[in-house]
Amino acid sequence: MNLGLGNLGALAAGDTQADRVVPRTGFTAQLTLFAAATMAFLAVFTLALSLASGRLAARWGDELARSSTIRIVAPQDQRAAQTEAALRLLETTRGVQSARALTDAEQQALLAPWLGPDLALDALPVPRLIEVIEAPDGFDATGLRLRLQAEVPGAVLDDHTRWRAPLVQAAHRLRALGWLSTLLIALTMGAMVTLAAHAALAANAQVIAVLRLVGATDTYIARAFVRRFTLRALGGAAIGTALGMAAMLALPRASDAGSVLTGIGFQGWHWAIPLLVPLLAAIVAFAATGAAARRTLRELA
Amino acid sequence: MIELENVAYSYGGGELLSDISVKLAPGSFHFLTGPSGAGKTTLLKLCYGALLPTAGVVRIFGADVRAMQRDDVAHLRRRMGVVHQDCQFLNHLPVAENIALPLTASGRDAKAAEADLDDLMAWVGLTERAQALPPELSGGERQRAALARAVIMSPDVVLADEPTGNVDWDMSQRLLRLLVELNKMGKTVLIATHDLSLIRAAKVHVQARVLRIANRRVQLAGADL
Ligand SMILES: Nc1ncnc2c1ncn2[C@@H]1O[C@H](COP(=O)(O)OP(=O)(O)O)[C@@H](O)[C@H]1O
Ligand SMILES: [Mg+2]
Repeated sequence: MNLGLGNLGALAAGDTQADRVVPRTGFTAQLTLFAAATMAFLAVFTLALSLASGRLAARWGDELARSSTIRIVAPQDQRAAQTEAALRLLETTRGVQSARALTDAEQQALLAPWLGPDLALDALPVPRLIEVIEAPDGFDATGLRLRLQAEVPGAVLDDHTRWRAPLVQAAHRLRALGWLSTLLIALTMGAMVTLAAHAALAANAQVIAVLRLVGATDTYIARAFVRRFTLRALGGAAIGTALGMAAMLALPRASDAGSVLTGIGFQGWHWAIPLLVPLLAAIVAFAATGAAARRTLRELA
Repeated sequence: MIELENVAYSYGGGELLSDISVKLAPGSFHFLTGPSGAGKTTLLKLCYGALLPTAGVVRIFGADVRAMQRDDVAHLRRRMGVVHQDCQFLNHLPVAENIALPLTASGRDAKAAEADLDDLMAWVGLTERAQALPPELSGGERQRAALARAVIMSPDVVLADEPTGNVDWDMSQRLLRLLVELNKMGKTVLIATHDLSLIRAAKVHVQARVLRIANRRVQLAGADL
């Protein structure tokens, strides 16, 4: 029996005569349509959730930028030396990708909002700032603090942005859960189509017997069922996807897209992703009905 | 054409048919008879590959059915016209489409064969009933529709199971004449029937061999009919 995915195209092209050999049963048709629509609607939401939590994780991760600051609070005459010492120490610290002291101009720019643009840094006991960029696996903050304490007394490590790390992790988890839910929805859809297809095949044992009597091959018989269920799943999923996307469009959008609640939805080209849902539903139905048909036809042999 | 060699069959209990050897030569006309429950339908099913023998060998057009895949059997069916005991239609399709079913099921263009279909409908006298649904047909109409469907692919062999069941005498004579006509066209014909009067009536039209199932075996019946 030849029911490869390549036949999906031939299936869509249609053979209305072959279609008619299986009687239309309104009830299973409507159930399959409804199930496909519901599953597609849910899939649109879980996809939106996955994509939104992915965006959130990326943004929070970017904001961390894996950067920390070291302040050198030391008397004016020791500041340069301690800065040098801290930079040397950082060079030999595992997990530090790069470190550099901010220039006077950069520090001035940072302080300008508070102290005005005409600030003479030399005249103020402003600490020198060192920007530390972490390597991907990060550094050991406690260890670094201890070493700084021992060698650069005026250095204070400020890694306050690190608190967001667990949030980023949570967002990643949420995204993974979203994808898992999407997968589960696809499997559930497959299970429901399988049940409906089995019911239809069992109800049509007599039709199958007649078709066999007149010399129909298993492929021909299976295709009549597969085609019907595939088109139904496609149609139902298209309806569900359209409704789901409409619901997404109707969600209020806050200007601050950083919040979990207001950030759910699709952005930019991501709007194309839910359009794959009906196609996926059709492929799932095609595979599920094909398997159900092969099994039933083997049993009825 | 069809050859059974020391064939036995059992549905799971005791043997229903034992040690049966039958050969249907091309162009021959056979009756298969025996009391109800003797195994006529079973033997016919063995002849068209719907059942596999529990012992012995069945060859259809020279091929051993036991070595066949389901699709091979399907392709063989297209060369054999079968009239099932219960006719077996798709009740949701009109008679004409039921008769054309072997064409569509084998991927032929039913439109291209429309003229043949019309001729065939006229031959069995169902032109008027083309758009009726099978449940609306009378017993005789059903049998004629089943016969038309069996021969639409121009098969080499026609196997008919009780083709005159449920019809009156005149209709059974009409069906018999159709089957004799098919045989005159060169087709091998096998008719299973418990109706001995049908067999006697046929002797006028055709030289038929009569196989009788008795005590699980098949014998060639003589003049004692
Ligand atoms: N599918 C089946 N399973 C079990 N027994 C069967 C089956 N089909 C027929 N039989 C039994 O086999 C015997 C012969 O049946 P059948 O071939 O239909 O006889 P006939 O056509 O001569 O009346 C009967 O006793 C019937 O009950
Ligand atoms: Mg019978």
